[in-house]
Amino acid sequence: MIAYIIRRVLYAIPILIGINILTFVLFFVVNSPDDMARMNLGMKRVTPEAIENWKAERGYDRPLLYNAARQGTEQLTNTIFFQKSLKLFQFEFGVSDSDRDIGYDISQRMWPSLAIAVPVLLVGLLVNITYALLIAFFRATYIDIWSVVLCVVMMSISGLFYIIGGQYLVSKLLHLVPISGYDTGLAAIKFLILPVLIGVVGGIGAGTRWYRTLFLEEINRDYVRTARAKGLSEGLVLFRHVLKNAMIPILTGVVVVLPLLFMGSLITESFFGIPGLGSYTIDAINRQDFAIVRAMVFLGSVLYIIGLLLTDISYTLVDPRVRLS
Amino acid sequence: MMDSLVILWTDALVFLLLLFVGTFGVYAAGKEHLRGPWRLVVRSRVGVSTLVILSFYVAVGLLDSVHFEPSYLADPQAQDRAQSTEVVSLFDRLVLPLRERQEKTYSAPLATHLYAKENIEQSDGTMIRDYPRLQYGGAHLADPARDWAGDVLRLSLIGLVKGLLVTLVLANILFALLASRRAGGFAGVAREVLTGKGEIPWRSALITLGLLLMVLLWAVELSGRYHLLGTDKVGEDVFYQALKSIRTGLLIGTLTTLVMLPAAILLGIMAGYFRGWVDDLIQYTYTTLNSIPGVLLIAAAILMLQIYMSNHADEFNSLVERADLRLLFLCIILGVTSWTGLCRLLRGESMKLREVDYVQAAVAFGVGHFQIIVRHILPNVLHIVLITVVLDFSGLVLAEAVLSYVNIGVDPTMNSWGNMINSARLEMAREPVVWWSLLAAMIFMFTLVLSANLFSDVVRDAFDPRLRSSR
Repeated sequence: MIAYIIRRVLYAIPILIGINILTFVLFFVVNSPDDMARMNLGMKRVTPEAIENWKAERGYDRPLLYNAARQGTEQLTNTIFFQKSLKLFQFEFGVSDSDRDIGYDISQRMWPSLAIAVPVLLVGLLVNITYALLIAFFRATYIDIWSVVLCVVMMSISGLFYIIGGQYLVSKLLHLVPISGYDTGLAAIKFLILPVLIGVVGGIGAGTRWYRTLFLEEINRDYVRTARAKGLSEGLVLFRHVLKNAMIPILTGVVVVLPLLFMGSLITESFFGIPGLGSYTIDAINRQDFAIVRAMVFLGSVLYIIGLLLTDISYTLVDPRVRLS
Repeated sequence: MMDSLVILWTDALVFLLLLFVGTFGVYAAGKEHLRGPWRLVVRSRVGVSTLVILSFYVAVGLLDSVHFEPSYLADPQAQDRAQSTEVVSLFDRLVLPLRERQEKTYSAPLATHLYAKENIEQSDGTMIRDYPRLQYGGAHLADPARDWAGDVLRLSLIGLVKGLLVTLVLANILFALLASRRAGGFAGVAREVLTGKGEIPWRSALITLGLLLMVLLWAVELSGRYHLLGTDKVGEDVFYQALKSIRTGLLIGTLTTLVMLPAAILLGIMAGYFRGWVDDLIQYTYTTLNSIPGVLLIAAAILMLQIYMSNHADEFNSLVERADLRLLFLCIILGVTSWTGLCRLLRGESMKLREVDYVQAAVAFGVGHFQIIVRHILPNVLHIVLITVVLDFSGLVLAEAVLSYVNIGVDPTMNSWGNMINSARLEMAREPVVWWSLLAAMIFMFTLVLSANLFSDVVRDAFDPRLRSSR
């Protein structure tokens, strides 16, 4: 099993290198630093000196891959690729265009993102599994049919509508919680209730339908028939046998997204003015702050790969067959 | 002076797609394993009902995809308009009044007055502050306070009755057509359809069509005299905007798939069929691409496009062309982020097919790899491609709205539901609330996505052999 995990970890390395090269190409080769400078300084009346200054301040004045003006290893290290791209591996994100340390910002903004993402995930799981089990219990009845219809209808509504509608109804009409904002410590709760609620409601449609399929797949298995044949009640069959076995795909599906919870939700955070990583990214996109977007692209990819690793590991833990092959 | 046809990039691709679908249709008609599932689709009540609604959307989208420069641009008096090199579509021509009747600013649905108070000069020279009358909406009413309700009711009734009549005419034409094809006579066929006994659920199709026509003609009747869904900040008709957004939504949903299909099919089958280093390389490629969170990759790519466009502004003749290229680029980049799922499915399936006896036999006979793939593998994975295409559609339409909201979607000058919702965010914060842009976008989007979701379920059930055998 250790060998298996080591193999998976080693497999992740070329992927990380690939991502690094891809971001480098996307951010520095497709458009040169000159283009970025011109874009940021405004198109009109921009002097070559201003561009040079802008580049020098941010360290974009180096050559892309090979610095002929330097000696020895400096020829390779004093380049944009080494300074800006390879440094990402050490989680050195550099400074943003507005001269803030990106690494520090990320470590600060991670927590509000988690404060929303973790409750949404946990409450969502609970609600979806409960509802899906209920549907599975009443399978092939009108409750089943109409629940599926409800799920499809809920899936068809844009997430934006849940947010705008929920914000309008709960905050603006009923004045139950503040419209947006954030606070430290326990005072944050009143700001978090609505986003979490909306996140859970928005996920019910797709989640419940998916879990229902998983449950129904398990219900047709032989061991379930055996359990019924030996006289277990339907509720016991569902909870003790079906739920337990269906938890394998459910949990491995959850494990993939666990690391990505750090990234937060782009839309929810910007709507509710929560200073997490999601709104950080959106602000960066709107301000065209390339350093931040580049850092987030890399961070997101790393987290996703960690998620894949965790999935592999959790498979070996819950399903011995994987370990043997 | 003739109107000169303008073919935008996306228009060309739309017609390519149409050709593609047509060819596939002809091909599928000759193959029982592809025709059978479609027969199941049109025998399902949900299938035909959603098909009717989807064809309405497609019709609007297609009409909106034939662009031309209107001839008045050649008129010397309209020289200043010629500078803007305006491009309009066939659909714009059809709903010309909607496009041209611009108010000053916000007005509520079916309103006769503007939404904000203004200083109005009375006939005796004094100024009062009141809601001014709209230039077009309800302009035919002498006294809006007294006549408005009656007029709206009258127009609604006319519209609904017209819709009903058109439906009845169409139903009778359908009965006549069916009766000419088979025995039972007109009355017999009509009875069979109306009681819902036939093989194809014509009754469901007729009911959906009837409801659709009634709503449509009701809307036509009312929007002739009023702004059915109000007007936006610059006074443009919201109903018109929502209709124009149909093309954007459909394009994102379909062109993305068209763009990604060749890569996904080719690489997926190659990975599964050849195994070895080809498989490793392709798997590596899609894992790498898949690792980057989709939204961020799109954001990065769109930022780069924006830089390119602002540095090469002179390469684009008009705003429409620019917006069009951005839409195309968005489809491509969405395709890049979404082809991996299909590729993985196809890889697994071709891996299975490779070991099947008839493929092994073909290998033993010395048939070339290319021939085996085209003749044996490809036809057997087509159902997976089809299911994925249909399932992806609604997700892509929803994604457009989110991306446009983050400003990395379609061009802000382009009509799209995402842009409407984006502007609605500020409108919802106004006092009193401007809710109709949001509502319009939501209704149109919801109808499309719901129909697509239901339709894709029917298609999946019909094509998935596993599901079919278990029933």
